[in-house]
Amino acid sequence: MAYNNDSDSRSAPVGIKLLIAGGFGVGKTTFVGAVSEITPVTTEETLTVASIGTDDLRDIKDKTTTTVAMDFGRLTLDDSYVLYLFGMPGQERFWSMWNEMSDGALAAVVLTDTRRLGDCFSAIDFFEHRRIPFIVALNSFDDAPVYEIAEVRAALDLPSHVPVVHCDARESRSSAQVLVSLVRYLLTSATHMSRSTTSLGAGQ
Amino acid sequence: MPRLEEEQWYDDDAGRLVRPFLVTRGRTAPTVELDLLSLVQSTGAVEPTKLDLDHAHALQLCTMKISVAEVAGLMRLPATVTKVLLADLIDAGALLAHEPLPAADPEDLKMLEALLHGLQQRF
Repeated sequence: MAYNNDSDSRSAPVGIKLLIAGGFGVGKTTFVGAVSEITPVTTEETLTVASIGTDDLRDIKDKTTTTVAMDFGRLTLDDSYVLYLFGMPGQERFWSMWNEMSDGALAAVVLTDTRRLGDCFSAIDFFEHRRIPFIVALNSFDDAPVYEIAEVRAALDLPSHVPVVHCDARESRSSAQVLVSLVRYLLTSATHMSRSTTSLGAGQ
Repeated sequence: MPRLEEEQWYDDDAGRLVRPFLVTRGRTAPTVELDLLSLVQSTGAVEPTKLDLDHAHALQLCTMKISVAEVAGLMRLPATVTKVLLADLIDAGALLAHEPLPAADPEDLKMLEALLHGLQQRF
């Protein structure tokens, strides 16, 4: 017998979808690669992106082909849970894909380059609007100025409950730590929710 | 014996040398609804050697349970095209699709604790 189902009807592990968002070139691919157990794969999800035409996905003149791509990584945590990481394309013209990509997502990481903070505004707006919980991770670039978390929080006008953390997307441990921070944040929020179902927005 | 030399048809600079929708003969709508995270697995009922290259390649990637997103990435095809190919294989009895995964509940404490534990163990 290949399988022993125990009393549990679930034979496949539960897949948990996490989104990695942020501006173009902020290190999303690197981040996904740092925590994924498979070599991250790249795929293109939607064909109807207005600015590239309807079916002309691989136009050789189109230098942005790779940036249409969505990075995909996987991390098996145990017999019950598998994490799927989706890197969302950063540029404005692909925002139409975000809705579909974010369906069923548990939460998100907004990866940020302190030299170009403004690049992540749209991702933050999007997750706030879709009510997808997120945290902000400041990716360390060697030549980027180091800011205090409080300064960044103020510049991004983030609600006080949203965590902001530093990371180095090239390092597995550092990137995984971002996911740990994200899960801790979700745990805190979930615990608050179950404790006080009536007083929404008590933190603000 | 036919050999699967998919890689020959991929050029690092130009990309795929066969336009994606030639693979599906222009079809964009899969006959079976598949999600990016739907898991598919080969039934073993159809020999890859009896299929055309793209279908055979897709089938060979599915010996273990694998998500649609991963197949698309490994085949370097848009997900929509991949879904059409996989749906063909499901129709032919070559693949079995598992239900798309339900969205995780952000307030499921048991799941969140398992995630936290799993991440801390792994790294």
